[in-house]
Amino acid sequence: MSEKTEKTEQRLSVFKTYKLYVGGKFPRSESGRVYEVTAKTSAAGAAGKGNWLANVPLSSRKDARDAVVAARKAFGAWSGATAYNRGQILYRIAEMLEGRREQFVREVADAEGLSKSKAAAVVDATIDRWVLYAGWTDKIAQVVGGGNPVAGPFFNLSSPEPTGVVAVLAPQESSFLGLVSVVAPVIATGNTAVVIASEKSPLPALSLGEVLATSDLPGGVVNILSGRTAEIATPLAAHQDVNAIDLAGADDVLAKELEIAAADNLKRVLRPQPVDEVDWSAKPGIDRMTAFLETKTVWHPTGSLGASGSSY
Amino acid sequence: MASAFEYAPAPESRGNVDIAPSYGLFIDGEFTEAADGKVFKTVSPSTEEVLSEIAQAGAADVDRAVKAARKAFEKWSALPGSERAKYLFRIARIIQERSRELAVLETLDNGKPIKETRDADLPLVAAHFFYYAGWADKLEYAGFGANPKPLGVAGQVIPWNFPLLMLAWKIAPALATGNTVVLKPAETTPLSALFFADICRQAGLPKGVVNILPGYGDTGAALVAHPDVNKVAFTGSTAVGKEIARTVAGSRKKLTLELGGKGANIVFDDAPIDQAVEGIVNGIFFNQGQVCCAGSRLLVQESIQDELLESLKRRLSTLRLGDPLDKNTDIGAINSEEQLTRITSLVEQGEAEGAERWSPACELPESGYWFAPTLFTNVTQAHTIARDEIFGPVLSVLTFRTPDEAVAKANNTAYGLSAGIWTEKGSRILAVANKLRAGVIWSNTFNKFDPTSPFGGYKESGFGREGGRHGLEAYLDV
Repeated sequence: MSEKTEKTEQRLSVFKTYKLYVGGKFPRSESGRVYEVTAKTSAAGAAGKGNWLANVPLSSRKDARDAVVAARKAFGAWSGATAYNRGQILYRIAEMLEGRREQFVREVADAEGLSKSKAAAVVDATIDRWVLYAGWTDKIAQVVGGGNPVAGPFFNLSSPEPTGVVAVLAPQESSFLGLVSVVAPVIATGNTAVVIASEKSPLPALSLGEVLATSDLPGGVVNILSGRTAEIATPLAAHQDVNAIDLAGADDVLAKELEIAAADNLKRVLRPQPVDEVDWSAKPGIDRMTAFLETKTVWHPTGSLGASGSSY
Repeated sequence: MASAFEYAPAPESRGNVDIAPSYGLFIDGEFTEAADGKVFKTVSPSTEEVLSEIAQAGAADVDRAVKAARKAFEKWSALPGSERAKYLFRIARIIQERSRELAVLETLDNGKPIKETRDADLPLVAAHFFYYAGWADKLEYAGFGANPKPLGVAGQVIPWNFPLLMLAWKIAPALATGNTVVLKPAETTPLSALFFADICRQAGLPKGVVNILPGYGDTGAALVAHPDVNKVAFTGSTAVGKEIARTVAGSRKKLTLELGGKGANIVFDDAPIDQAVEGIVNGIFFNQGQVCCAGSRLLVQESIQDELLESLKRRLSTLRLGDPLDKNTDIGAINSEEQLTRITSLVEQGEAEGAERWSPACELPESGYWFAPTLFTNVTQAHTIARDEIFGPVLSVLTFRTPDEAVAKANNTAYGLSAGIWTEKGSRILAVANKLRAGVIWSNTFNKFDPTSPFGGYKESGFGREGGRHGLEAYLDV
C-alpha cells in the first residue's frame, strides 16, 4: 500500500473496506465500531506510529457469538465431507492464494515491517503450508487410528473425529504464516473455526477471508474476526457451544484467564508455546491436528464359524 | 426373586486375604504415618464392618511424596526401556499370582460382587500392566517422534468404582514411559492400592517410583496443585474434573480427565431381543451401575417397547442381590452411604417429576448400603434422571421412532463417554456409530474393556485416552 500516494498523481486508487468473514459473508461489526490499523516499519516504529492502512471492524461479543452460530451450522456438513473432498478444497485455497500472491506480499510487508523479498518468502511458505495440510486430510486417520488387537472375539477400531467448533487466537506477530499454521490444521481434520486475527496486523487475515470465499470452502467453516483479542476471546472461551480453543495468540496472563473460563464446559485447550520455541517457518508435526481430534473406538462381536473355523 | 431358583450360599473364602488393622502412607518405598497423625476408617459397604484404619495424607505428606517421586525420576527415566519393562512384567505376574486375594480384598472394600472382581477387574488389571510393560522399550514406534520423553512426576487421583483397575490404568502407562507416580486412591476404597504398594516392594521396584497417598478430596487437591507435579490424571466426577482444569490453568502441567457419562443404549426394532436384554442388564447393573460408561439411558424403538420391557423386567426378576462374596451374586452393595443417599435422592426426584418407577421384588440385607435394580419408564429428555449421572443401578427408558431421532436423543447430553447400538443391520450400526458423539461405542455388546483399546470421552466426559498406543500420549512430552 506504500505506492498509494505515488499512484494518486495519475489515478486515485480505490481503497478496500476490510470486513469480517462470518458464515461465508462479509459483515461489518454489528457494533459499528472500527479501529485504525497502521503499517509496521522500522522508521515509523521509531516515530511511534506507522502509516495508516485501514479502518477495520472492532468486533464485539455479539460478533463472536454470531460466528460461533455460523461455525456450528457448518460443522455437520464439513465434518461429514469426505477427507478427499476436504483435501481438494484446501488445495484450492492454495491455488487462489497463489493468484493473489502480490497482494499478500504487500500486506505482509506492511503488517510485519518486512522487505518485499522477505515478505514474499513468508507468503510462499504460507501457500506451501496450505498444500501441506491439503495432503493431510486423508492421511491423519490412518496415522492416529487403527484396529486394536483386543483379547476377545471382537472387531475393535479407533478412528479420529473432529472435536467441533474451535476458537483460534491467531498468533500476534506472524500475521499470515502463523495464522495459516493454526487455522489449516483445525479445518483439515473437519473442525470449524472462529478465528481472531492478529490484533495489530489483521489485514492479511481479513484478506484471507476473501480467498476462502472463492475456494469452494463452505461458508461458516472458517470465520474471521478482527478487534481486541482479549475482548473477543473472553466470550469465546466461556461459550458453551465452543468445543476447543487454541491460545496461540494469547500472552501468559490472558491464556491463564481463558483456560480457566474454558474449564466450564471442558474445552480442549491448546496452550501457547513458550515464546522462545515459536518458529512458524519450521515444518509442523501433527500435534496441531491431534489437539482437536477425539478418538472414537467402536466394538463389535466377530462371531464364530464354529470350533473348526473356516475350512480353506 | 420369586422366579429365581433357590441357591445355597456359595461364599468365596476370606481366608486368603490378611487385612492389617492399620496401614500407613506409602512414600519412598516405606509405609509411614501421616505428618499430622490423621487416620480414617475404611468399611465394608456390604456389612459396615470396619476393615482397617488408614493414614490420611495431608499437604505435608503430598510434598514429601512428590519430593520422593522427583528424586526417583532421575534414575527411573534414565533406565533402559527394556529394564523398566521387566519391572512392569514382574508386577503383572505378581498380580496374577495374587489375583484371588486381591479380588476378595476389592470385593470387601468396594462391595462389588466377587464374580466381577474375579472375572473382570483382576484379569484386566494384570493385562494392563502386561500390555504397557511391552511398550516401555518400543516408545519410538508409538508415533510420538523418535525419542519421546517422559514428563516427570505424575499426580494421579482415582475413583472408588474400580479401585485397582483405575490404579492400573494410571500407573502402568506412567511407569512404562519413564514417569514416577504419586497416586491418591479414593477414601472409601484405599486397600487395594496399599496392597499394590506391597506388590511394588515384592517386584523390587526402586523406592519413590510409586507413592500411594490415601486421603479425601483435599489430599487430591493438594496433589493436583503441587508446583512440582508435571502431569495430572484424574478419573472421577465432571464437577471435580472442571475444578482440576481450573487449578492447572496457566501451568505447564499436562492434564487428562476421565469423567462422568450418561450413555445411551439404543435398541432398534430388528435387534435380537434376548441378546439386547443381556446387554442392557450388563450396561446398567454391572458394578451396581457405578460405572462412568454405564448405559444408563435405554433408547428403545417405539414398536418394540412393550416386548423389550417385558423381557427386561422378567430378566431383572432373576438378578440375585446380596452378599458380594457369594459367587452367585449379581448385584452387590452400593459403595458408600453417601453414594446411596445420592442415588436415593435422584430416584425420588425421578418419581416426583412424573416418571414411572419399577423394581423387581427384591429383599435388601439389613446392614450395609443397598439399592434394588430400578427401571424408570415414561421418561422424557427433560427429566433429571435422563440428564444427570445417577451412578447407581437405575435405568431410564426413553423411546424413539427413527434412527435420526435416536441419534439426536443419544447426543442430547453434555456427556460423551459411551453408547450402545443394537441392530442386526451392519450399515445401520456404522451409520449410527459415526454420528454418535461418544468415545466408546459398543455395538451388539456392552461394557467391554481391553488394555489395547483406547477409552475416554467427548465433551464433558473429559479428554485424553487411556489404553492402547493412544494412552501413552498422556505421559509423554509431545
